Amino acid sequence: MKFPKDLYYTETHEWVKVEKGHAYIGITDYAQDALGEIVFIELPEESDELAQGEEFAAIESVKAASDVIAPVSGVVVNVNEDLEDSPELLNEDPYENWIVKVELEDESELDNLMSAEEYENMSKE
Amino acid sequence: MFKYLPHTYQDIDEMLKTIGVDSIDDLFAEIPDELKQCELDLPSSHSEMELREHFKKLAGMNEPLIPFMGAGAYDHYTPSIIPYLTERQEFMTAYTPYQPEVSQGTLQYIFEYQSMICQLTGMHVSNASMYDGATATAEAMFMAAGVRKKNRVLISATVNPNVIEVVKTYAHYRGIEIVVVDEKDGATDFADLKDKLDGETAGMIVQNPNVYGVIEDFEGYSDALKEHKALFIMNHDPSTLTHLKTPAEHGVDIAVGEAQSLGVPLSYGGPYIGYMATTKKLMRKMPGRICGVTEDADGKRAFVLTLQAREQHIRREKANSNICSNQSLMALFVTIYMATMGKKGVYEAQQISYNHAHYLHDMLLKLPQFEQAFDKPFFKEFTLKTTLDPEKINRALREKGYLGPLSQGRFDENKKDLVTFAVTEKRTKEQMDELIRTLGEL
Amino acid sequence: MSVYYGQLIFEKSQEGRKGYTLPKSPIKEYELEDKYKRGDCPQLPEVSEFDVVRHYTNVSFKNHGIEKGFYPLGSCTMKYNPKINLEVSSHENFTSLHPYQPVETVQGVLKIYYETQKMLSEISGLSKYSLNPFAGAHGEHVGLMIIKAYHESRGDHKRKKIIVPDSAHGTNPASASVAGFEVVEVKSNESDGTVNIPDLKEVLSDEIAGIMLTNPNTIGMFEKDILEISKLVHEAGGLLYYDGANLNPLLGVARPGDMGFDITHINLHKTFSTPHGGGGPGSGPVGVTKELEPFLPAPVVRKAGDLYLIDGKGKNSIGQISHFLGNIGVVIKAYAYLLTNGKERMKEIAKMSTLNANYVKDALKDVYKLPVDKICKHEFVFDGLKDESIDVRTLDIAKRLLDFDIHPPTVYFPLLFKETMMVEPTENESKQTLDAFIDAMKKVAKEAKEDPDILKNAPYTTPVRRLDEARAARKPIVKYKDLLEE
Repeated sequence: MKFPKDLYYTETHEWVKVEKGHAYIGITDYAQDALGEIVFIELPEESDELAQGEEFAAIESVKAASDVIAPVSGVVVNVNEDLEDSPELLNEDPYENWIVKVELEDESELDNLMSAEEYENMSKE
Repeated sequence: MFKYLPHTYQDIDEMLKTIGVDSIDDLFAEIPDELKQCELDLPSSHSEMELREHFKKLAGMNEPLIPFMGAGAYDHYTPSIIPYLTERQEFMTAYTPYQPEVSQGTLQYIFEYQSMICQLTGMHVSNASMYDGATATAEAMFMAAGVRKKNRVLISATVNPNVIEVVKTYAHYRGIEIVVVDEKDGATDFADLKDKLDGETAGMIVQNPNVYGVIEDFEGYSDALKEHKALFIMNHDPSTLTHLKTPAEHGVDIAVGEAQSLGVPLSYGGPYIGYMATTKKLMRKMPGRICGVTEDADGKRAFVLTLQAREQHIRREKANSNICSNQSLMALFVTIYMATMGKKGVYEAQQISYNHAHYLHDMLLKLPQFEQAFDKPFFKEFTLKTTLDPEKINRALREKGYLGPLSQGRFDENKKDLVTFAVTEKRTKEQMDELIRTLGEL
Repeated sequence: MSVYYGQLIFEKSQEGRKGYTLPKSPIKEYELEDKYKRGDCPQLPEVSEFDVVRHYTNVSFKNHGIEKGFYPLGSCTMKYNPKINLEVSSHENFTSLHPYQPVETVQGVLKIYYETQKMLSEISGLSKYSLNPFAGAHGEHVGLMIIKAYHESRGDHKRKKIIVPDSAHGTNPASASVAGFEVVEVKSNESDGTVNIPDLKEVLSDEIAGIMLTNPNTIGMFEKDILEISKLVHEAGGLLYYDGANLNPLLGVARPGDMGFDITHINLHKTFSTPHGGGGPGSGPVGVTKELEPFLPAPVVRKAGDLYLIDGKGKNSIGQISHFLGNIGVVIKAYAYLLTNGKERMKEIAKMSTLNANYVKDALKDVYKLPVDKICKHEFVFDGLKDESIDVRTLDIAKRLLDFDIHPPTVYFPLLFKETMMVEPTENESKQTLDAFIDAMKKVAKEAKEDPDILKNAPYTTPVRRLDEARAARKPIVKYKDLLEE
């Protein structure tokens, strides 16, 4: 199980990568493993507004369905449309395949998130 | 011992020994004694001969009438091979296809059923069927509210009042508001729809042909609804879709209805079968079972229930519907009907129904007791204004063995002068002429 | 020939072929106005009558049915479906009745509705039933609406929560949610999956509308504290809902009404032997106490003197939940079953189904892990193989059983254990059938130890082998036209 160091994590198994005022959001290795074979992802649209702690996407696998919760607030500037046709990319590499890119609204929200180490400890429990 | 209970005393003794108890009563020891005092007051066990005799009497207490009424249940012809095939134990006694390797039979006919419903409605995807047309409409209302995340749904006053009632019951307890759009001259009042439509509306439900039998004109509906991001839901008699413009051609988002008209016997109202079909975009929001195609380990084509993540057993309280079954055997019924009648036969049966309904309509209008209620096109059901008491009409027809027209007064006190006749390919010219004669003499 | 037999009905279509006859009509052709006509013609198959018969006969061969082999599907009560029920319900005087015929012409069918309702009341200890609900899940939805209507009628608008144990059927929380309730989950006792009383006390409050329970629960254990549970819930102002999926082992033994349940649904397709039909039509009658009678859905069948009548919506009724009076055809079959068994046989059904379940459980518990080793009622659960070092899953065991002409037990439900297998043999199975099942289960366990790959690649003898389910969900092909376009 991978836990890249440069990311922020949530208790609900999303990750955030911050780059030049933008945040990339995806699901963790742990999440994709728990879901199993992912078959569909319901994506938001560009210019949708995300609010921290609220669901913005839904992922379906053969045996489960799960909402994806926004780790940070912000306006969606880009959606990873490859996932529409190939949702299995989330199984193959959950960290390379981000779901949305948002304009980070409030950097202080990152303080509510976990570090790689904290998240790794949590997933082991 | 009993015919359905096979154990001999020796079997029972051996089984108790394996379990390690002395008597069967020991298996119920944990149930509090105060609960175990039940002597049931039920009829005594009937032998098969007694049961047959009993049912002979019960059947004799029913008198099937020849219907000139529809109102959601239509007397169409059922080919003989349908009951013969649907009663095969492989179809009739199987459970829901949870183990696809030994349920390819059920799954294949569901796939064929879905394909046929899509052919009729023009929609992208059909589910595996629902309880009846009314509950399918209520489920469509839930679906619209869920997709649009809004709690207000409009329904036309020309939808069958029983369907409106079911939709209202479902909506009330879930906190969804149902607003009825007025009717005008036997059809939905488009101006009133535009008035009532706003940004808080999740969808609009119409019926075609409507409760009066009128074929409505839905020009402009789809655009008006799209403008407010409301879904267009149409309850459509699927049998008439051999001829009529499809829900897809009307720009409908969710097509639903009662598929009893595709060969299912009247059976005093059930079992019937609701259908539901939708667009590609809304496929994953549709309630109910869906069958899809895949391959097995040897690369052989196979069928399987798919998109199950939407369903109650996975989503539990987050599911948008609690439905966990379909009217599978009735879906088989409808599938075999459409296969046997085929491309030409389904059309022909409907064309005859259309011709006969128009013949009866024209002949009744020649009688002074009847006049046109609405100047609107109709299919196999039509409404006339009458000077006669509807009860008198029905009494007179009953004496001849007929079930007379539906009195719209059944639903609305103010519409007592409106009666709605239904005619299918099963009504002969002789029957219609006798009906005309009988009413002419009243 | 097998490829040809495996085709879809569409693939057998030949232009111009016909499978029907209709009488010639003397009435002239009327023409529909063009603006109302559809653009194209629906592409339905063109086949002969014999084509249809052979096609669906071959399609049927790909199903496992009860009459072919053992079907111990837990919580589904896969009983024998007596043929006499089919015979009597197929009479033309039942099948050709229009639902709006005047009541005096349908007294036979209304009598059946009324008397079935009466018998269900007697069996379950409740006051009155509506047979209108179409299925178990529909019954749950209706029952929950009744709970809501009851509290609302008393001006008690705070009660917005329904308690559901974590062992419940997946439909329970979904039904609560579609009836507009919030779901409060309570954990079960680890020892036997029954309700944990301290936990229950914790969640009871004046916001609780009621609790949904199955008794015996989904692992076949009788809720022995049921009287205390009902007392606690009633004292807190809530109502008790009985999910009748597991009524079979209590027939003639104990009644939900006497346990304190206020509302029940009964599955006629489980407990009263009507065919499951590959997923329906079923029937899920809802019964209530005297106090709740006014809330039952409309229309209602009533007896006045010697006449059976139909009433419309009363003042307090939750309203209509079906277009007509439910799945009457199913009710007629259940009525025939009730009369065949009569009062003499009810308790026998409960006893034999319980005996069968305990026998299979105890005969296999050395080989399969039995998480709750107690006397069960009509069903029980295993949690995979007893030898946990063997690397096979319940799914593999289930698939291997198919090669023995046995429909596997319910798998991965309830969610209380990781490798759940829920076994319900029913009272109709002989000791010899059960012994054959026990042998097959032992053989599969032995194979698992010696060569797990046998199980992992199973089944081998079924019409198709194991399926790629992810493929179906990723690129959904949901109709024949999609196949053509692929």
